Amino acid sequence: MTAAIQTRALRKEYPAPTPRRGRGPGPPQLPMPVRPPGARGPIVALDSLDLDVAQGEFFGLLGPNGAGKTTTIGILTTRVRATSGMASVAGADVIRDDVRVRQRIGVVPQRPNPDRSLTVIENLEFHAAYFGMPLGTAEKRGLELLERLGIGEKANAKVDELSGGQQQRLMIARALIHEPRVLFLDEPTVGLDPQARLALWDILRDLHEQGRTIVMTTHYMEEADRLCDRLAIIDQGRLLACDTPERLRAQAPGGTLIELTLDGDASTVVDAALIIQGVLRAESRQSVVRAYSERGGELIPALIRAAEGAGRSVHNINLSTPSLETLFISLTGRKLD
Amino acid sequence: MTATPATSTPRVTDASGDRPVSTSAVFGALLRRDMRVARRELPYFLVRTLMQPVLFIVVFGFLLPKMGFVRGGYTTALLPGIIAVSLALSAVQAVSLPMVQDFGWTREIEDRLLAPVPTPLIASEKVIAGALQGVLSAIVVLPIARIIMGPIPGLTFQHVIPCVGVTALGALTFSALGLLMGTAIAPQQIGLMFSIIVAPMLMFGCAYYPWRGLDRVPVMKYAVLVNPLVYVAEGMRGAITPEVPHMALGASASALVLLAGGFWFWGRRTFLRKALG
Repeated sequence: MTAAIQTRALRKEYPAPTPRRGRGPGPPQLPMPVRPPGARGPIVALDSLDLDVAQGEFFGLLGPNGAGKTTTIGILTTRVRATSGMASVAGADVIRDDVRVRQRIGVVPQRPNPDRSLTVIENLEFHAAYFGMPLGTAEKRGLELLERLGIGEKANAKVDELSGGQQQRLMIARALIHEPRVLFLDEPTVGLDPQARLALWDILRDLHEQGRTIVMTTHYMEEADRLCDRLAIIDQGRLLACDTPERLRAQAPGGTLIELTLDGDASTVVDAALIIQGVLRAESRQSVVRAYSERGGELIPALIRAAEGAGRSVHNINLSTPSLETLFISLTGRKLD
Repeated sequence: MTATPATSTPRVTDASGDRPVSTSAVFGALLRRDMRVARRELPYFLVRTLMQPVLFIVVFGFLLPKMGFVRGGYTTALLPGIIAVSLALSAVQAVSLPMVQDFGWTREIEDRLLAPVPTPLIASEKVIAGALQGVLSAIVVLPIARIIMGPIPGLTFQHVIPCVGVTALGALTFSALGLLMGTAIAPQQIGLMFSIIVAPMLMFGCAYYPWRGLDRVPVMKYAVLVNPLVYVAEGMRGAITPEVPHMALGASASALVLLAGGFWFWGRRTFLRKALG
C-alpha cells in the first residue's frame, strides 16, 4: 500500500484577527474555530494533524464548520502554507515540491469558481493548457467529460448560464481534465438539490472505481458513511478518530441517545438521570442533557420526571440510534451542523 | 490480472504527472487566455482607456488651438503626454481591474494558481499581458490624435530605440503598478483608489504640459517627481518630439527601470500573499 497523502504534526495558525477598519464585507474568510470571548494570540486552525491516505482510497474528512477541513485541503493542495509540520501528496512535498504536487492533483472547491470570462469548454481547454495539454486533446477530452457529467449540451454556453449544480459539475470536469492522481473535493454537495447530490455521488463512485485517490470533506454524515473507505473526524483542528465507517460506528457509545433541551442549566439533572435504570451514560452541556439508553425511547418519561424533579421543564426531545452521528456527538460534545 | 470495473474508462495510471510541464508553454497558455478575454472585451477596453485621452485631444489639441488660447506648438508638447496617459491608464487598468474578479468572493484565479508552475509566474504573466494592452492603446491613440490635431510640428519616429524603449518601460511600470494596486487594495475600494491615486496622477503627470514648463513653479517641479507618469511623458517627449525641452532620456529611462522593478517586486509580494491565503 503506497501512501497518496501523508501529513505529520501539521499545524496552521492564523494571526489573531484585528478589528477591521472601514465598511463592506471584506475578503472571503475561512470558517474559523469558535473562540472563547476575549481569547488572545493566534488562531490555531490545525493542531498536530497526522494523516495517511493510501493510493486509490476514498478518504473523508468529517467535521463541523471551522473544524480545519478546508485548511487541511488548502495545505494539501499547496494553496495555504502550513505553520509547521510536513505534508506530502502523490509522493511530493507540498512546500518544497509544490509544482509537482499541483501537477498530480485536481481540486473541486467549496464554491464553484469557474473562469467567468470564458465559456464552459474554454474553461476546460485553458485549464488543460495550464497543464501542458495540447489544444486538440484538451477539447476532445473536455467534451467527453462534459458529456459524461451530463452537461454536454452546455459546452459553448457562458458559465453564468449554468445552474449551481451544473457549475459544480464543470468544476469536477475541470479537476479531471488533466488526469490527476489525487482528487480533492471540498464540501462538493453543499448547495446542491437532492437529485444533483445523488448524481454527484454516482460520479464520485465511478471515479473511485477507476482507482483514483479521492479526498473529500463534508459535514454530512450520510455522505461520508456511504462513499468513503475511511473517515477522519476532525474538530477544532484536531484529529479525533480515523477508521472505516463500520469500525467507527462500532465505537459509537451503545444505546439510543436521548437529548432533552431544558429551560435552563442541565447539569443538575445529570445525577438524577444516572440513577434511572437503563441509562448507560449521561452528560450535560448548557441547557441540554444527553442520556444513552439501552431501552430506546422507553426511558423518556423517567428522564422527564428526573428533569422536573430538579426544577426544570423540558422544551424539546431528540432521539438518535447509535451511528456516526452519536459517535461524533460523544467525541466533540456537539452536533455536526 | 484483476477484474476490471464495469466502466468503459481506463484505470488511472501512474504515467500522469511525471512529465514536467514546460514553464514557457504554461506562460503561453496564460497569455493566450488573457488575450482571448481582452479580444472579447475589446470595445469596452478601448472606450475605457481611450475616452479620457481622446476628450483631452479634442479640447486641448483641437478646440483651444482653434480659439487661439494656446499657441500652435502646444500640440507638440501635448501629443507625447496623451500617448503616455493612454499607455499608463490602460496598462494599470488591464491588470488591477480583473483582480477584483480574480481575488473576489469565488477566487476565480484559483484555476490558474493550480497550474503546475511556480506561482510568481502567474503574477509575471499578468504584468506582461497588461503591458501589451498598454502598448496596444498607445498605438491606437496615435493616429486618432494625429487626425484630430492635424499636422504636429517636430514629431519624429526616427529614434526607434528610445521610442520602443520608453513605450515598453512605461507599459511595464504601469502594469506592475496595476498588479500592486489590484492585490494590495481591497476589491471594493479599487474604484475609490482610481479617484484618489490615478486621477491626480494624470493631472500632475506632466502629460498635458512639459516638465520643464514647471521651472517657474519649482515646488511643483520637484514634487511631481514622485509621479511615475512624469517619466513616461517626458521619456516620450525625448523620443518622439525631442525639440520640446524635456528631461534627459537617460534620467527618465533609469527612473522607469527603478519604478518598474520596485512595483513588480512589491506587487509580486502582495500577489503571493493574496494567492497563498
